[in-house]
Amino acid sequence: MKVDMKIDVHHLTRVEGHGNIEIEVKDGKLKKARWAVVETPRFFEAMLRGMSHDLAPMLTARICGICAIGHGLASLRAIERAMEVDVPETAKVLRLLAKHGETLQSHTLHVFFLAAPDFFGVPNVLPLIESHPEIAGLAVRLKKAGNDLCDLTTGRPTHPVSLVPGGLSKAPEKHELKAIRRVLVDRIPDIEATAALFKTLSIPDFVRETEFVALKGEKDYPWIGGDLVSTDGVVKEEDDYRAMTNEYKEDFTTTKFTRLSRESFAVGALARVNNNFKFLEEKSRAAAEELGLTPVNHNPYMNNVAQVIECDHVIRESIKLIDRLLEMDLSDIRAEYRVRAGKGVGAVEVPRGILYHEYELDDQGLVVKANCIIPTTQNNANIHIDLSALVEQGLKEKKTDAEITHLSEMLVRAYDPCISCSVH
Amino acid sequence: MKYLGIDPEKIKIGSFDFTCCEGCQLQLANKEDTLVDFLNLLEVVNFREISSYRGEDYDIALIEGAISRQDEVERLKRIREQAKVLVALGTCACFGGVNQIKNKFEIEDVVREVYGDDPVETLPVRKISDVVKVDLEIPGCPVSKEEVEKIVVDLVTGAEINFPKYPVCVECRRKVNTCVFDLGLLCLGPITRAGCGAVCTSGKTACIGCRGPAEEANYEEFRQVLKEHGFTPREARERIDFYGGLPEMVIDES
Ligand code: SF4
Ligand code: SF4
Ligand code: SF4
Repeated sequence: MKVDMKIDVHHLTRVEGHGNIEIEVKDGKLKKARWAVVETPRFFEAMLRGMSHDLAPMLTARICGICAIGHGLASLRAIERAMEVDVPETAKVLRLLAKHGETLQSHTLHVFFLAAPDFFGVPNVLPLIESHPEIAGLAVRLKKAGNDLCDLTTGRPTHPVSLVPGGLSKAPEKHELKAIRRVLVDRIPDIEATAALFKTLSIPDFVRETEFVALKGEKDYPWIGGDLVSTDGVVKEEDDYRAMTNEYKEDFTTTKFTRLSRESFAVGALARVNNNFKFLEEKSRAAAEELGLTPVNHNPYMNNVAQVIECDHVIRESIKLIDRLLEMDLSDIRAEYRVRAGKGVGAVEVPRGILYHEYELDDQGLVVKANCIIPTTQNNANIHIDLSALVEQGLKEKKTDAEITHLSEMLVRAYDPCISCSVH
Repeated sequence: MKYLGIDPEKIKIGSFDFTCCEGCQLQLANKEDTLVDFLNLLEVVNFREISSYRGEDYDIALIEGAISRQDEVERLKRIREQAKVLVALGTCACFGGVNQIKNKFEIEDVVREVYGDDPVETLPVRKISDVVKVDLEIPGCPVSKEEVEKIVVDLVTGAEINFPKYPVCVECRRKVNTCVFDLGLLCLGPITRAGCGAVCTSGKTACIGCRGPAEEANYEEFRQVLKEHGFTPREARERIDFYGGLPEMVIDES
């Protein structure tokens, strides 16, 4: 039988920002499968020109309401490297703790609020509150723990207050750290229950060989700065990020595309797990194996599972970080520095993948030129190509329009795209 | 009891995002403790970010973000026709927000800087009230989740909505914070509307005026303070112009 199909998902729901899925099949042949981003760009790089360096992290945090801390940290790292600022160790640990809070908050938002409804066949998370109150409970408790950690370390959950060049403007009190430590210990059974829940869900069976890019771990699972690595064996220095991303633009979308060894690559939780599996906390690694997630996994839907595993990892690692902080002098959180001209790159693993900021500063500390490369920008080409492969596979398996639409929506969501971010 | 023609029994709410970071919408999902109770009061018929259900029969429309493309103008006008109450949610919607920093550059130059020779469509950034009538503005970057919940509940129950008239300074002093001017920072707390709990200055950073002007602001006095502390007009202006909410605060170049 010859199949014709026209699928048009306008402004895909349960993703951050605006994008469309467009699929066309004629006589059983795939004509077009597109992931078209139609978000309105905001032109952050242009706005940064002439701005004081200490306002730049405040501005760029507003690129994204979900990963504002990540943007702030990438921006600060670029500025601090440009001016050769030595951030005190205490501030580094506190910043990483803030980062973990954001990862936990963002991943749980995605896993439970955005992705889970697909697995249960409901339009949003609300019906789950009635039908599966225990799952809603997990979602709310885990997400709140993430937000509370951000709140404590940066002054509020969205758009950090206390992340400033040189370190932090304010540190939490030790008794506050002890209190949040107790909360995190209580969340371990919750995240274990979440992993057990994912064991019962059926992850769509789809594999397309992909190159995965992430920060390269040295001794720990990497989050802030360091070399860049890909599962195809490419290794580059942080400053060489442009050679790792190779941005270009296609007409049908307002985001840019990127490539490395192949026509596209992927970043994000799955890319990090694929590249840095051995640095996961021991128990997180065991949980990953239990869920069939071992490197290199080429099923993009497994990104949801990788996010659960990373939540497990950041909860356990945060507890260790707090134990370290409790031994440290919390008044030593900010370095004095001399404003000077320079260039710097900051690479940070934010929830959706590796994020790069680069600034050139003049001798007054004003931004001369800025460049930001967003994780979703790096994933867009890969999503686009996955879609074609997914539709081809669906046609072979004689799937209906509705089934293909559903699988396509789930595929795009699995990447947890942050579209407003990618078109910043 | 009816408020603005809406029967509070079954109030339907839609949330719509335009040019922005979506951080304000996110606050609605962020208040985990009371989220479920809050949602019980309302029927969420359109909230693309968290739900696939798309209803067009909302009474209250929460508008997040600024307007920067022609298709957004059309979409916003359609929402205005449907909504009985249109709320501008957040600094982007109320004042243009950080997006409007773009307006101090030439549009062609801005597009070239980011997209090179592959131009994309964009307009100068406008706040929501430049395009349609706005019934209520809730500023904040992001909005304070407590404040939004309180205001939406007030809207639904018909209670009067009050914003503080005094500046952030009042809240800040109440918290016995060290004034960040003493740390060498330029703070807009004296002219910015309170209600955020002085969250930035409590974190030992400066207020950059996300909530717009305080009714009781004394601009002349503030100009004097800036002069006494030796801030240059450039330093003052880049902060005053950060969110676009303080056009009355004029800095003379001398
Ligand atoms: S006001 Fe701030 S938090 Fe809200 S959407 Fe705009 S940039 Fe984001
Ligand atoms: S820190 Fe800012 S808000 Fe607080 S008292 Fe000083 S000027 Fe006012
Ligand atoms: S202190 Fe100022 S910038 Fe900070 S939230 Fe309050 S009004 Fe906004």
